[in-house]
Amino acid sequence: MPVRIGRLLVVALALALAGLMALAWALLAGSVQVAPADVLAAVLGGDGMAANVIRELRLPRAVATFVCGGLLALAGGVMQVLLRNPLADPYILGVSGGAAVGALAGISLGLAAAWVDAGAFAGALAAMFMVFGLAHGDGSWTQTRLLLTGVIVAAGCGAAVTLMLALAPDTRVQSMLFWLMGDASGASRPWAALIMLLGGLAAVLPVARDLNVLARGELSARALGVNVRRLRLGLYVLASLLTAVAVTQVGSVGFVGLVVPHLVRLALGNDQRVLLPTAAVAGGILLTVADTLARTVMAPQQLPVGVLTALIGVPVFLFLLARHPR
Amino acid sequence: MDRHALPARASVAPLLEAEGLALKVGERWLCCEFSLELAPGECLVLLGPNGAGKTTLLHTLAGLREPSVGAVRLGGLPYSGWSMPEAARFRAVLLQQQPDHFAASVIETVLIGRHPHLGRWGWEGVEDERIARAALADVGLAGFEQRDVLTLSGGERQRVAVAALLAQSPRLLLLDEPLNHLDLRYQIAVLELFRRMTGEGRGVVMVLHDINLAARYADHIILLDGRGGVLAGDRDTVLQADCLSHAFGHPLRRFEFEGRVSFIPE
Repeated sequence: MPVRIGRLLVVALALALAGLMALAWALLAGSVQVAPADVLAAVLGGDGMAANVIRELRLPRAVATFVCGGLLALAGGVMQVLLRNPLADPYILGVSGGAAVGALAGISLGLAAAWVDAGAFAGALAAMFMVFGLAHGDGSWTQTRLLLTGVIVAAGCGAAVTLMLALAPDTRVQSMLFWLMGDASGASRPWAALIMLLGGLAAVLPVARDLNVLARGELSARALGVNVRRLRLGLYVLASLLTAVAVTQVGSVGFVGLVVPHLVRLALGNDQRVLLPTAAVAGGILLTVADTLARTVMAPQQLPVGVLTALIGVPVFLFLLARHPR
Repeated sequence: MDRHALPARASVAPLLEAEGLALKVGERWLCCEFSLELAPGECLVLLGPNGAGKTTLLHTLAGLREPSVGAVRLGGLPYSGWSMPEAARFRAVLLQQQPDHFAASVIETVLIGRHPHLGRWGWEGVEDERIARAALADVGLAGFEQRDVLTLSGGERQRVAVAALLAQSPRLLLLDEPLNHLDLRYQIAVLELFRRMTGEGRGVVMVLHDINLAARYADHIILLDGRGGVLAGDRDTVLQADCLSHAFGHPLRRFEFEGRVSFIPE
């Protein structure tokens, strides 16, 4: 579509504003009341107990949830084009299943949080290589084959997860369930994930118009001069890595990766040059808001953030779907 | 029109050459070796019964498939001598199926044809949009720009696909059953459009099912018989009742009426 610069600027401004508001709310909300001015001072490097709460707890968590929401939405948007399937989400090819197996193995052994994260990341990478190896085994590389291999590997991981839950001691089952539903309480090292998100956007934006063409089919894309083989391999690795990083931070939070790209598509159309960056920011906003709600609505009890993303996302999505009869 | 320089030989060589080309799918030979040249301004029609390999041959000529034996040259160079975007500015391909999985407006779908003309960071500009609108007008779809492709009829979608091909402004068009879903009026309108394009020095290769339309529009014909036999040559050499009857497995009779040849099944 020809650029409508005015419209894009409005969207960009609205997203920036909403993003800042979501982050500000995440910094303000919590059991320790901190005045907005003190929050600002703390972020800019002030001292004191309140400043520590902000800088050590709320800021890393707010950034981590924002970044992970962005990673999941971006990965979901890429997967939907790669598999040309509107039902695709970042987890469809088994990356989160592998991560869950790694993380739950860590939890059931009673390992420290850092090792659980390491297990999740290793599991995600193992699933990614396994799916790729199996789908690519004979050199062919069709969407159906990739999709089926991914779904089967994910199912295998699901069985392993259920087995671990069944065998785990009661004391550990709850933290396992929290991990599975998505839990941002342990997210405290957001900067690597942030670099990953920026790197992912930098990698995908130059080929975004190629993605528009790829969405119309592999053969058509080749006829239009797109190097489909290289592009699809790159997209697969990228989407898997983005998902692995997000899942390592916040567990397998559902819904963001599936629904945010669709929300953006309903609102702005299917041009990946607009859709992917917008989805990344919108996913960040959704997950930050959901996580802030998760730790405040029933405070001091913390809810798994994955429940909140679904509770917010389902009605919003159904509302938009009803408004756009296409 | 072409903002990008073409490889030096491309402007003088035939648009398309097949040299000793033979195709094999699995263990089955679709056609034995044949050679053919398409010069600017010419139209080649591929004819044959269902499953004879017309689409496979078209994809091979379009560089989407490696030939089993022999060579295909586009503008004098093998496809390996072209970068993929360069080739896409020289030749456009209309596929048999138009996959529309996600909703998109008609104008967006047509603008896809501008993809090979835009740089890495380029966005479709005013000129691209003008080309796309002109292409839509050429296929009788002016005013459809903002419609969702998923709401169009089969014939309208087919014409949108043709418009996207026109927007690609190629020197050579390769078309797999371009008349699919089109009513009689648009069948002729689209064929006349292609004839005008050959008049401008472009080349057309298309798969058709209608022998009589082939007789009216083709300069060259490749007739596949589905048993590995292939007859390639001038229209009048190939379009003989006995060859056609043999290839299609049904007796045909040739009639001439006011200087126009037609074939009627017995």
